[in-house]
Amino acid sequence: MNRDKKRYFGAYGGMFVPELLMPALRQLEEVFFEAQKDAAFQKEFQDLLTEYAGRPTALTRCRNLVENPRVTIYLKREDLLHGGAHKTNQVLGQALLALRMGKKEIIAETGAGQHGTATALACALLGLKARIYMGRKDMERQQPNVFRMRLMGAEVIPVDSGSGTLKDAVNEALRDWSASYMESHYLLGTAAGPHPYPTMVREFQRIIGRETRRQILEREGRLPDHVVACVGGGSNAIGMFADFLRDETVQLTGVEPAGKGLNSGHHGAAIHQGDKGILHGAYSYVMQGPDGQIEESYSISAGLDYPAVGPEHAWLHDSGRARYAAATDEEALAAFKLLCSKEGIIPALESSHALAYALKLAAESKHETLIVVNLSGRGDKDLELVNRILEEKSDA
Amino acid sequence: MRERYANMFKRLEAKNEGAFIPFVTLGDPDPETSLTIIRTLVENGADALELGFPFSDPIADGPTIQKASLRALQAGMTVEACFRLITDVRASYPELPVGLLLYANLVVHQGVEAFYARAEQAGVDAILLADVPLLEADLVEAAAQSCRIAPVYIAAPQAGQDILREIARRGSGYTYLLSRGGVTGTETSAGVPTGDIIRQLEAYGAPPAVLGFGISRPEHVRDALRHGAKGVFCGSAIVRIIEENVNRTSRLTEKLAAYVRAMKAATRPLDG
Ligand SMILES: Cc1ncc(COP(=O)(O)O)c(C=O)c1O
Repeated sequence: MNRDKKRYFGAYGGMFVPELLMPALRQLEEVFFEAQKDAAFQKEFQDLLTEYAGRPTALTRCRNLVENPRVTIYLKREDLLHGGAHKTNQVLGQALLALRMGKKEIIAETGAGQHGTATALACALLGLKARIYMGRKDMERQQPNVFRMRLMGAEVIPVDSGSGTLKDAVNEALRDWSASYMESHYLLGTAAGPHPYPTMVREFQRIIGRETRRQILEREGRLPDHVVACVGGGSNAIGMFADFLRDETVQLTGVEPAGKGLNSGHHGAAIHQGDKGILHGAYSYVMQGPDGQIEESYSISAGLDYPAVGPEHAWLHDSGRARYAAATDEEALAAFKLLCSKEGIIPALESSHALAYALKLAAESKHETLIVVNLSGRGDKDLELVNRILEEKSDA
Repeated sequence: MRERYANMFKRLEAKNEGAFIPFVTLGDPDPETSLTIIRTLVENGADALELGFPFSDPIADGPTIQKASLRALQAGMTVEACFRLITDVRASYPELPVGLLLYANLVVHQGVEAFYARAEQAGVDAILLADVPLLEADLVEAAAQSCRIAPVYIAAPQAGQDILREIARRGSGYTYLLSRGGVTGTETSAGVPTGDIIRQLEAYGAPPAVLGFGISRPEHVRDALRHGAKGVFCGSAIVRIIEENVNRTSRLTEKLAAYVRAMKAATRPLDG
């Protein structure tokens, strides 16, 4: 197979980075594809996933969440994964690749702090040195995760440029990497960026959908009608979708953050409202102004606050294999509260977007409907923010 | 292909000089001052110009040029305003080589063909896209060719033989030789190219190598030329003078003039 073809998903993807970074990406590509075929690597990765991270995660049937008797919702419990979100899966994979490349330093960006947390824990475990770029605004809204990362020995570096969110943290991480790639690996946190990241992150996250497929067949004896996941850069969604892509009866839906509304100018819905363009190494849907300047995204959830989307999602959208919906801050908050009170599970605000869409589906269903939602993370990190918002509301 | 770069290198070679090529971001700190700045650069010895388009997410740039982008964007700079500035520059200096250095999204957003056609009309000679490596060069190659704009590629310190050969095959105008890894800026000063890279580029018949990144002092210029570079780019050091003298245009032009003269002098053979 022509390996260069692998870097595109339809027209999307590619390696749009400075020439300087190409040797580093080529090395990563080579080592990744080698490791995929190396039984010893796969075993080590699997062992870490089971013995350290706690896989497989549960698939939980909701008991009280939906009133419509025809509808069953299951939650894939990535919130129970060590570190509190799906991010740990692929971080362990990439950290092992870093060791394989003989690199001792890890650079990462983080939005919600979940990817940073996963990076910090993997680096502590495997003896790597982590420096994590985080937008100043995100550091404020995700304080507990900043503390967590530092406790585990990572250096957290505030980013003031731009909007002080995930996009700017990625810029800084790329700048750092272009000076340090001989010693460092850039551990990108989502299924975006230049090849090989979108493919590599999907493969390391594929375990989510693989387990889900087996678990739902065991429990229900059939495939789900709907599989739903939130989309920031797209890693939890692509990990959930990958093993269902061939099951054409399964409707795959990614949920983008509609923020204060898709037409409010304050959202992070790159597929809904973006144009095709190039950001952070990939050709995909990107939120941009009339002159091609990248726009600042907005979402209540830091992890979805990103103005582009991974290239495979752009392709799944255009090809029609997956559908992309959007949920507002309000809808996500309502879903968040409902899951807490009905099921005793506190979801991440990111995952609450997926749940909000599933609740809408559930309310509208006229037939027997089986829905699986990827509960990509837990909401401990969001408690302070949600508490503040609810207090402001009750004061108003 | 237009001949302005080739003519410049020929002219300089006859005098045993290297090229001094300053970089500024178009529209920094505002369109009007930007034109004054560019004239000052040329009047005081710039052999060619490397012009940046302001972009919101300049991943190959350090803090100095990031701030230049922000100033230009805050001053309302657009892609079309950049082209109008270039048109003015071209009208004043018909023989001056003018190259652009910008990020791919600005090009893709306008449509690659439309962008290159507009660049040709404005009088641009060469375009280097900071985030389009050789591997992705097909994105713009046809447009560059049909608009007679030289596609410029980067030779990085770790570039292998295959890359250097590709640069020779596909590049024209000049070759952007990186003095070191990292991003633009004088925080990390220039390295010297290993003599090998330049010799290999020459052996493959690549366009003349011009060294960039971290060049801020006359000795950097002399080192670069001694190691075989045909010229140097000087960006952040120039942009810093702009940053330090925003709103003081006469002082700004004085400082720039003195700086450019000193740097240009270093491209000339030492007397005696
Ligand atoms: C819990 C959780 N879900 C989802 C996301 C969004 O990322 P992705 O789209 O890559 O899954 C994040 C990002 O930080 C997250 O923390």
